[in-house]
Amino acid sequence: MELSVNDTPAYVYTGGRPFDRRQAVVVLVHGAGHDHSVWNYQARQLAHHGFSVLAPDLPGHGRSQGAPLPTIEALADWIESLLDAAGVVHAALAGHSMGSLVALQAAAQAPARITKLILLGSVAPMPVAPPLLEAAARTRDSAHAMINQWSYTPASQLGASPVPGVSLTGLNLRLMERQRDGVLANDLAACNAYQGGLEAAGRIRVPCAMLCGERDQMTPRKAVKPLQEALANVPGGARMIVIKGAGHAMMAEAPDAVGDAMRGFLTTT
Amino acid sequence: MTQPRTFGPETLALHAGQSPDPAFGARAAPIYFTTSYVFPDADHAAALFNLERPGHVYTRISNPTNAMLEERIAALEGGIGAIAVASGQAALHLAITTLMGAGGHIVASHALYGGSHNLLAYTLPRFGITTTFVDPRNPDAWRAAVRPETRLFFGESLGNPGLDVLDIPAIAGIAHAHRVPLLVDATLVTPCLQRPLALGADLVLHSATKFLGGHGVAVGGLLVDGGRFDWEASGLFPTLTEPYDGFHGMDFAEESPVAAFLLRARREGLRDFGACLSPMNAFQILQGMETLPLRMRAHVANARAVAEHLAAHPLVAHVAWPGLASHPDHALAARLLPDGAGSVLSFELQGGRAAGRAFIEGLRVFSHLANVGDAKSLVIHPASTTHFRMSAQDLAAAGIGEGTVRLSVGLESVDDLIEDLNRGLYAASRVVQG
Ligand SMILES: Cc1ncc(COP(=O)(O)O)c(C=O)c1O
Repeated sequence: MELSVNDTPAYVYTGGRPFDRRQAVVVLVHGAGHDHSVWNYQARQLAHHGFSVLAPDLPGHGRSQGAPLPTIEALADWIESLLDAAGVVHAALAGHSMGSLVALQAAAQAPARITKLILLGSVAPMPVAPPLLEAAARTRDSAHAMINQWSYTPASQLGASPVPGVSLTGLNLRLMERQRDGVLANDLAACNAYQGGLEAAGRIRVPCAMLCGERDQMTPRKAVKPLQEALANVPGGARMIVIKGAGHAMMAEAPDAVGDAMRGFLTTT
Repeated sequence: MTQPRTFGPETLALHAGQSPDPAFGARAAPIYFTTSYVFPDADHAAALFNLERPGHVYTRISNPTNAMLEERIAALEGGIGAIAVASGQAALHLAITTLMGAGGHIVASHALYGGSHNLLAYTLPRFGITTTFVDPRNPDAWRAAVRPETRLFFGESLGNPGLDVLDIPAIAGIAHAHRVPLLVDATLVTPCLQRPLALGADLVLHSATKFLGGHGVAVGGLLVDGGRFDWEASGLFPTLTEPYDGFHGMDFAEESPVAAFLLRARREGLRDFGACLSPMNAFQILQGMETLPLRMRAHVANARAVAEHLAAHPLVAHVAWPGLASHPDHALAARLLPDGAGSVLSFELQGGRAAGRAFIEGLRVFSHLANVGDAKSLVIHPASTTHFRMSAQDLAAAGIGEGTVRLSVGLESVDDLIEDLNRGLYAASRVVQG
């Protein structure tokens, strides 16, 4: 569906079911250079099991108009505006990679509105390797190739895909190619510059899950520790869920395990 | 962060789409000979139908062995995915019916495989889909044929059997200027000699019956989606950009801007028209594809030797193989087919129809049959077989004469092939001399 967020048209995918704000609302925030379609399976699973899903294309991404927003803080503000535009008071937030920083920051900024937090492939701070930053700004194709190489496990680069007949890396390459010029560079720069993550984490007082791909090379398990420890005020501590066999692109590589983990966490905590 | 590397075609041909079997560790591709798949529980069943989870429900729609084949060709072509179907013809039908209904119009090269020509010229008009055939070498002809109802451009990498080289970048540019995709039949080149998607095509089809299998034991087709065409921006494809009552009211381009075509083709075309591939055939084609890069190199080397030998023979008026400097598309082939122009070639025998017949009957190693792309060398006389429905005038327009002989040069010892051709040429010479 289309919403007007800050007077700018934004496209929001709802997981194949009409949006109904009377149900528990989950917002799914995609990562750098992506759009809502990275969430297809998880969004559909949640939408068919009692949740109302808002999976927006962030400004300047996919079908959403406007310029891409330059900072994680500005994106977090935008998520709040999205909730306003949808007439939603309370929502759970989930984000992947850059989207996880946006979700974290939004949850810290609006503690009264955010009921639960799911961080997928998340580390804070999130420094981006200089060659990737540079490639994103100058030679997009090589940046896309680097992201594919580092986001998908060797098994999913060469072996069978969980989605019959679909090449996961091929699909991701074309999804990144579709974004407008400058979008990926903007997003990676925003990740790289964001320094407020650990401080924001200290302000989170709602249940929080961290999903980490067992073989993630972009945001590896070891690197997740500081953020997990900074989520010190989360009741019972942040729950770490390791997605077996998956890399950073866990929603694509392990769609069932990720969807089940998200639904399980949202349903039981 | 190290520089990324991608796998080479030899590696992809052996591995892409196939992990060691999770149940027993089998290294070879298992044949999942099953029509249907057990649901662990009712919730899981519903989730599969709702597309909340990927997976298999019924082999008409997807099958694990077929998926290996689909993912392998997608990787080799640089696409986002593929659909395996019962034949090359079924792949063409699936592409067309996914994009348009009655009232739709296609602009196609006139140098097409006879079966594709039949479908477009005679059969689809009964369902309200019409085609204008154009000279593939003339960009203005493609442009001039476009109508408001045009929804697809279609041509063959190498026109069968005229061997015209399709100028994919140029024709794709014209298609895109008119907001329609270009579908390329790449059967005669395979991804080892040309990757049409990288040249600007949007969709690729193969008769996997031919070089991909290579053994001549299995009929099959593959339709590959490049994932680049922007259906939404085009605005000409309501099947992809409007809710479909037949599948959860899904708007495919909203669901997946990149994979909309593939989604609709599987969820509608494969489901409803039902031209699915047998997993046995998928297995056999996979076996063939393992050696595709090796075979294509050998095919091209033999084709070159045969073409050069024929071109130097006094009884041969003309050899059509884009690898020869005498071919009008030689320069284009050097650009678009740098690793070789395939191994199908045609030549014009002096002495016309009678000489053609004597030639074919004089051969012992080449098999006289209606196919191309087998590991074994094949020969046919189009005017009396594949293209017999066409008038002399249409034949001439497709570059076929009465004495035209088409060869699919196989992998035998090249000396044996040349010896065999000499035998046929000698027989033909006796006819010519009376
Ligand atoms: C170039 C080309 N395309 C398509 C086809 C049709 O393929 P199939 O026979 O697998 O239906 C053929 C078959 O000869 C062909 O040569």
